[in-house]
Amino acid sequence: MTNRRDFFKSAGALALGGLVPFESVFAASNLTVGVIYVGSRGDFGYNQAQAQAAAIIRKLPNVKVVEEENVPETVAVQKTMEAMIEQDGASLIFATSFGYFDPHVLKMAAKYPKVRFAHCGGLWKSGDPANITSYFGYIDECQYLNGVVAGHASKTKKLGFVAAKPIPQVLRNINAFTLGARSVDPSIVTHVIFTGDWSMPVKEAESTNSLVDQGCDVITCHVDGPKVVIETAEKRGAMSCGYHASQAALAPRGYLTGAEWDWATPYKVLVAAAQNGTATPNILRGGLKEGFVKMSPYGVKVTPDARANADAIKAKMIAGDYVIFKGPMTDNKGIAVIPAGTRYAQTDISLESMNYLVAGVVGQI
Amino acid sequence: MRTTATPAGVPSAGIARLLLAVLPALPTLCALVGTFLLFALFLLVQGQPGVEAIRLVVEGAFGSSFAWQSTLLRAAPLMLTALCVALPAQVGLIVIGGEGALALGGLAAAVVPQAIPHATPWFVATPLMALAGMAAGGVWIGAVGAMRQWRGVNETISSLLMSYIAIALFKQLVEGPLRDPASLNKPSTLPVPDAMSIGSLPGLEVHWGLFWGLVACVAAWIFVRHSTKGFAMRVVGGNNRAARLVGLPVDSLALTACVLGGAAAGLAGMFEVAAVQGSANASLLAGYGYAGILVAFAARHNPLAIVVCAVMIGGIEASGSLLQRRLELPDATTLVLQGLLFANLLAWEALGGRIAAWRVKLQAAALEESGVQLERTHA
Repeated sequence: MTNRRDFFKSAGALALGGLVPFESVFAASNLTVGVIYVGSRGDFGYNQAQAQAAAIIRKLPNVKVVEEENVPETVAVQKTMEAMIEQDGASLIFATSFGYFDPHVLKMAAKYPKVRFAHCGGLWKSGDPANITSYFGYIDECQYLNGVVAGHASKTKKLGFVAAKPIPQVLRNINAFTLGARSVDPSIVTHVIFTGDWSMPVKEAESTNSLVDQGCDVITCHVDGPKVVIETAEKRGAMSCGYHASQAALAPRGYLTGAEWDWATPYKVLVAAAQNGTATPNILRGGLKEGFVKMSPYGVKVTPDARANADAIKAKMIAGDYVIFKGPMTDNKGIAVIPAGTRYAQTDISLESMNYLVAGVVGQI
Repeated sequence: MRTTATPAGVPSAGIARLLLAVLPALPTLCALVGTFLLFALFLLVQGQPGVEAIRLVVEGAFGSSFAWQSTLLRAAPLMLTALCVALPAQVGLIVIGGEGALALGGLAAAVVPQAIPHATPWFVATPLMALAGMAAGGVWIGAVGAMRQWRGVNETISSLLMSYIAIALFKQLVEGPLRDPASLNKPSTLPVPDAMSIGSLPGLEVHWGLFWGLVACVAAWIFVRHSTKGFAMRVVGGNNRAARLVGLPVDSLALTACVLGGAAAGLAGMFEVAAVQGSANASLLAGYGYAGILVAFAARHNPLAIVVCAVMIGGIEASGSLLQRRLELPDATTLVLQGLLFANLLAWEALGGRIAAWRVKLQAAALEESGVQLERTHA
């Protein structure tokens, strides 16, 4: 007797049967890559940075890319991953939102051990499914350079930072930006406002206005879509430093430079590994040196002095002998956080649980 | 001999009965046809394959076992959050704060495993988590009802504002006192132990939330349509003053409806935590509470129709995935489809008056014929 479960199964088999012949003919030579975004691909921010990399691997030979945007961190993303695997024959999935990892990517990676899951955020740890690769970049290097350029450009010696949440990644960016600026002029301070979430356009605009009102003349941010912050700063006549992707087009007058991801680097590594069947590391990380992050081209307001200084520091970073977080360092309450003589290399794991704002930051966690 | 010839304009009894049966669904059917026609037109104007897109919508939502499961999985929380709108609507209250009730319900459920011994068996832990979730949601929407009944605060606005407060409270607690110290960059509560999490329905990849969503909708329907209290609620919703005049306990009925609605949304939050996310965090705030408003209005606040409408909206969301991947359409296409559907549902509501007139006519036709038959039997 056919029960409902069997009916579902056979119906599913029939439906898949209709799709499989097309996929399997090319499966040997072609690689289908699925890319999933939590927001819109054209957000001038986090998602756009990923979409730019997807557009680059789309042009590689024998690579087919299927994309889906605005996928929430719920069962929806699990179903999207499954659909990409089952219906499109994807064998490499880029799950680009940080919040996709636990439990969604973990669950799907366990269910489809032959598919490679690339997750942005560097969360993989020993014991998690081996077919997951965590890719991430040391973007605080670029935020430091943002700070250097901002430090040269600022007249009021007050910088503004619109931040989403007081989590380690964001704090590290605020601190790096401030340290960069203070390397130019130790009297510079950064005023920070936390909006409370990744995408809060109204609060981001209010925060930017408030920072400009307080006298900040260079604004930067760490939110998912910097569009609102950069546009508001431009409208108010303030200068700005970008984040995630280039927002130069939004602020032709005040855009100084920006901290951008260069995800094409890890994307290409993962595509090549999938095509050649070579082993892929579970952790894929890099900074300026490895080409995981890059700076936006300098804007019109960046002076030759500022360029020279920033370029010199950048060259040291690429050479691998520039340390951002080194002692002695105190937080903005005067408590010592890094003792004298201690230098944390970019790869140091202790930087990833940063829970303080350095001296020079006006604001609290 | 039975006559088949009928006076012009009046259908025969058989057809009349058939038409009577489909009459209540007529606005919905018209709305569906209208939606698809407009959607195809919208895409054709943009130079996209309109007919192919509609085929993909149907395939992506209901075209295979995988599509069905994806649809049902998305529909499960919507059934419960729609009840948060539909139950207060029985007493005439428009409550739109389900998102907040869901968040607090999820948070309350996530706290339970930390408060009880680790070895508590699932059949004790799960009901406790469900009760905690329902209590949190019930108290929150109950407070909205209480403010309405005793302080005269407009419930629509207060429920929305209370929802914002709930979400702020949720974030404050998740990022503060209830935060798992190990959740560095994605603040979450401590994970729900595996033994206490909720699995899938046997043979399916849909969690038990679907089953309990169905149970809740059917129970709500029986309560609303076939119980004295439910009838009293509908009297209150129909005419508040008349209800007071006949001595119905209007305040307590309104409060009950709000508490039950809030409990349903809280339960949805509990399932999201125990069956999907594994802890309470910001991913819980995925808009299920808001989508539930759409579902409840599309179902005209009928708890059984909620099941159908939740599956419909779940299906549209599931099919959005296929539309994006096959036609490379932006995600906003799904929003256009949902918007068209909602606008059509409202527009075809205007048929309501006509339908009442047609019903009278059809009932007359059906009765006339059976009256004739009755006479013949007696003869």
